[in-house]
Parts: sequence; structure tokens; C-alpha cells
Amino acid sequence: MADQTNNPIAFVADGNIPESPPPARETGVVKWLRENLFSGVANTILTVLSLILIYLLLKNTLPWIFNGVWNANSLAECREILAGKTGACFAVLAERWPQLIYGFKYPVDAYWRPNLAFILMLVAFAPVLFFDLPRKLLLFTAVYPFIAFWLIWGGSILVPLVALIGCVVAGGVFQKFGKNSFAAGFFGAIVVALVIWNIGGALIPESASENAWLSPVPSRDLGGFMLNMMLGVTCVSLSVPLGIALALGRQSNMPLIKWVCVIFIEFIRGVPLITLLFVASVMLAYFFPPDSTVDLFLRVVIMITMFSAAYIAEVIRGGLAALPRGQYEAADSLGLDYPQAMRLIILPQALKISIPGIVNVAVGLFKDTVLVSVISMFDLLGMIRGPILASTEWNGVYWELLGFASLLFFVVCYGISQYSQWLERRLATDHH
Amino acid sequence: MSELAIEREIDRSKMQVSDEIAIDINGMNKWYGSFHVLRDINLTVNQGERIVIAGPSGSGKSTLIRCLNALEEHQQGSIVVDGIELSNDLKNIDKIRSEVGMVFQHFNLFPHLTILENCTLAPIWVRKTPKKEAEERAMHFLEKVKIPEQADKYPGQLSGGQQQRVAIARSLCMMPRIMLFDEPTSALDPEMIKEVLDTMIELAEEGMTMLCVTHEMGFARQVANRVIFMDAGQIVEQNEPEEFFNNPKSERTKLFLSQILGH
Repeated sequence: MADQTNNPIAFVADGNIPESPPPARETGVVKWLRENLFSGVANTILTVLSLILIYLLLKNTLPWIFNGVWNANSLAECREILAGKTGACFAVLAERWPQLIYGFKYPVDAYWRPNLAFILMLVAFAPVLFFDLPRKLLLFTAVYPFIAFWLIWGGSILVPLVALIGCVVAGGVFQKFGKNSFAAGFFGAIVVALVIWNIGGALIPESASENAWLSPVPSRDLGGFMLNMMLGVTCVSLSVPLGIALALGRQSNMPLIKWVCVIFIEFIRGVPLITLLFVASVMLAYFFPPDSTVDLFLRVVIMITMFSAAYIAEVIRGGLAALPRGQYEAADSLGLDYPQAMRLIILPQALKISIPGIVNVAVGLFKDTVLVSVISMFDLLGMIRGPILASTEWNGVYWELLGFASLLFFVVCYGISQYSQWLERRLATDHH
Repeated sequence: MSELAIEREIDRSKMQVSDEIAIDINGMNKWYGSFHVLRDINLTVNQGERIVIAGPSGSGKSTLIRCLNALEEHQQGSIVVDGIELSNDLKNIDKIRSEVGMVFQHFNLFPHLTILENCTLAPIWVRKTPKKEAEERAMHFLEKVKIPEQADKYPGQLSGGQQQRVAIARSLCMMPRIMLFDEPTSALDPEMIKEVLDTMIELAEEGMTMLCVTHEMGFARQVANRVIFMDAGQIVEQNEPEEFFNNPKSERTKLFLSQILGH
């Protein structure tokens, strides 16, 4: 700053400098391109290579998609129409659409029932997923499983009604006795529910289902993507609460509860899901009374639920471990008892930490539902591999069918993942 | 630590010690495994007393007050709080905890709840206070600790001093008869210590029974009516603050005081 002594320091601006646009290379598309795609020699080469790769991919797939044939009755007919050009044979999706979605045995005139159940499911999930909605909607959520069961399986309405009454009375018993002793309320509720279900089940006449308003559909007639959705939704809904219970049980001070939970979690996590599914389809019958015919769908639900509950329990245990001890102490010092402290203080925070992990398990579980095709259930993949690809008309249409299956799963899983990200942002309370 | 200047005159008119016994500890011993943390503690606290517990770290002072609301279990002797004997009976423990407020070094506010919800949660769920009444009371105490305008924010948005004042308000909302403070200013920046101490002084002026583990000797001198010095798990000396600071009897106390007041 030596020359400052020569130049006068005093300065007065002699007017306002007018606003002017920035130079072209510093704005908009040009700036973005320069910074993100061509910021150096190596990056420019990579950009060009990527563009070539994308071009090659699209050059081969776009004609395949856009030349696709939507109207044909067999692969041979597709090929005739295409006459040597590249093109997909989407006709299989159009022709076999009901089979892909509902399986091949579900009565055609009853397709509206699962459709209605699906729409009602969205209504039932809304208050659970978006807690700004009025809490009264949860009442519908509570009744929904029984409605859905009745719609999809049909038969006498008395069956879901008895189940519902059993649950309501059991809930009442738990409310009344659970206040004094959790164990008394819990086991009392289970006993009462079992008694009501047994008495109610005995009272429903055998013929009640035959002339019911909704014709009964046996579980083995369920199939297609509907089966995947049913398994996915049921198992996720059941395994989150079971996972929470297992995670809390693993932390329990009572050694018996603790060890039951530890052994359950470690055993289930150590066994492949396929093995459990084979157990469900073949061996689980040995564990039930000889005359009982426990539905295959129910057996599969039990196995998948146990499997994912074990994983969710470990995810939640991580969330519980991440909470500072001070949170437990603060809850204790205010006089909250264990259920209150867990429900109001500990779990809301632990579950929030565990959201990415739980969603990870849920997405994995949903995709794993295709494994039931291995035990000859005709879910989406089972339908494709079995009745459709084995038929003389569509033998050999792999890309279109499997691509369609992937798309369906992708849409659902991507939706779940987007929801979880929204939820995490919604629950963030540290920075506003 | 620093001798904090408390500028204003402290109003002692309501700081009356009654004959009623608030806490009675008799021959209490506690071990962590085989480590003897608290040795033969005998202490009686009357309703309205303000007691400061001082001592080097590891001397058992925090453990002592954490035993008073059963955050820590004692193995021998008896603790009677507000006429209720602390035993393993969960009902008794919850009863005592709702009568005894506790303020922690790290505030331990509930980060997923707003300030107002932090203050109303326990009254609503433990005391079964109607929500509206609980909210009114919470606002009353938030005004008292001078942050009513933060009621709808989350703890993460507040400064340390503000958080600690919320923690005090949260405890007061349970209308406790006794307040325990576990190093309430140790995690705070120097300029925030004063706002928390001011809140505590106001509380003392209203005649609250207080047990404070703290290194704020200025606070001890002006507010406490008894200072307890602990070392190696036992009560080494206790006296009125004037005597305690000016005329300590035990060598250990003298050494401690010379170290913390020396500069």
C-alpha cells in the first residue's frame, strides 16, 4: 500500500452505477454446462463418453418400445405384424392383464372386490401416513382389515364380524386391566379374544358361506400382483408393531422376556427366507392341531412377518441405542411410568431415527414376496413363470413380462422411499 | 470456579425454613459393583431449605441427589422423601418422582416436542391435568423463566441457557415440593450461567426446597442456608455458607476451597 500516500484517499461516488446483465458465460445454461459437464479435459471426455453410451442404449431400446405390438393373440402373431423389425410384444400384457393382476383363478365377475379393497386401503392408510389428517379417520383404519378380508375372500360376513368383535372386546379388557398390571391386561385380552373367536366360530353355521352375498374365494385362488400387494401390506403392517415389541423385549430387565426375544431374533435372522417359506408350505402343518386346516396364505404371512419383524427389531434397537440416557432419566424424573415413557418419549424419537432402516426392510420385504412363487403360489412372478410363459401362445416373451413386473415393483418401492424422505423432513425438529 | 456477582439484593422474606422434614437420609450406602460410591450418608433436609452440595468430581455428589428420586438405587440405609420411604415398590418411586423436580446438567429436554409440549406432557399424563389447564400453567412458568415467546419452538432452536430455563419450567409444572439441581450450569457458556442462576434465585426466594450440586460458589454464599462438602463418597463437612467459606474446619475442605477460589 505504498502508493496510497501518493493517491488521495478521499473518494466520492458521482452517481449510481446502473444495473447491467452478467456476462453470457456466467448465466443460465452456458454456466451450468460449463460447470457441470465441461469443467476440464477429463470431465469433457467423460461427458462425451456418457452421451455416446446413452445414445447407444436409447437407439436400441426406443424402437423396441415404440414399435411395440399391443394387439395380438400370440407371440407368433406379434412376429408376423413386426415382419422382421425390432419391436416389443406388449400384446401379452394386454391379453393376460387380469392374470398378471389377479391370478388365473380369481372369479372374473368378482374383480371389483379387490379393486374396492385397494381403494379403501388408500383411505385407511392416509391417516397413518399423514398425521395432519383428522384422527377420527383412524377408526376406519382399525376396521379396514376386516372389510378387506370380507371383500377379497368373500363368504359369510359373520366371520369378519366375529373376528372384529373379538378384537374390540379384547381391546376393552386390555384397557380395563392393563392399567394396573400390563401382564394381566395383555394375557386377559388374548384369552378373551380366543374364547370369543372359538364360540363365535362354532356358532356360525357351515352353510353360511354358501349363499353369502359375496361368493367365497379360497386362498389358493388368489394370485398375481394382488397377492404380492396383499402379502406386502399385511406383513409390513404386522411386522412393525411386532418388531417394536421384540426390540423393547430385547432391552427388558426381565431375563426370560429378554432371552426369548434374543433367541427369536437371532434364530430368524440366521435362516434364509426361502427356508422359512418351505417350512410354511410343508412343515408348519405339523405344529397345528391335526384337524385344523390353517390357510396357506396365513402360514406364509406368519413366516414373512416373523422374518421381517426380526430385522425391524434390530433396526429399532439401533434407534433405541442412539438415544442419550438422559432422555430415559428425564422421563423417569417426571414420574412417567414405563409404558408412558416408551410411548411418549422414547419410541417417537427411536422410530424417527430408525425410519431409513425400517423403510429399507419394508421395501426388501415387499420385493421378497415374489419368493412365494417358489412354493407354488401364483403371485406376479409365479404367474409369469408358470401359466403365461408355459402357454403355447406366449412361450418366449421374457423381456416384456419381466420388465412389466419390475416396473410395478419399482413404482411401489419408489413411492415408499419418497414417502419416507418426506416423513424424515416433516419430523425434523432441529433446524427450522 | 468464578465467583459470580449477583447484583441485586436477595429477598429473604419468604425464605423461611420450616420444621417439616422434606428429606431424611439415614445410614445410606451405595456401591457400583464393588466400588463404594456413597458411604454412610446421614442428612436431614427441612422444608424450605436451600442446600448446595460441593466437592471434587467423583466425590458422589451427583449420585447422592440422583438417589433421592431413585434414578440410582441405594443398597443400604433408608431414604424418606416427603414422608414416603424409597423402596423397590414402583408405585412409591413414581409418587416420589412426581413430587420431586429434577434439573440435569445437559437439560434433557425432549427434542421431538415443542417447548410447550415439554412442559405439559407430565402434568397431562402423570397428574391427569386437563390439557387447557396444563397449558395455562406451562405458560405461567414459562413467563416466570422469561421465555413465553419460545413456547412453540423446539428445544434444538434455543440457546443452552434458554433450554435450561425451559427444563426448570418443565419441572415446576409438576408443582414439586422439592427441586434437585444436578450441576445445572456446568454445560453453559459463561454469559448464560447468570440467566439460569437468576431463575434459581427467584425460585429460592419463593421458598422452594432446593438441593443443588453446583460449583457456583457465589450462588452458594448468597442463597444457600447450608453448604455440604463431599469427598470420596462421604460428607466431609457441612455448615452455614458464611462459616463454610470463611472458616472451613477440615483440611480437605480448605484445600478444595483454595483451589476453586484461588484465582
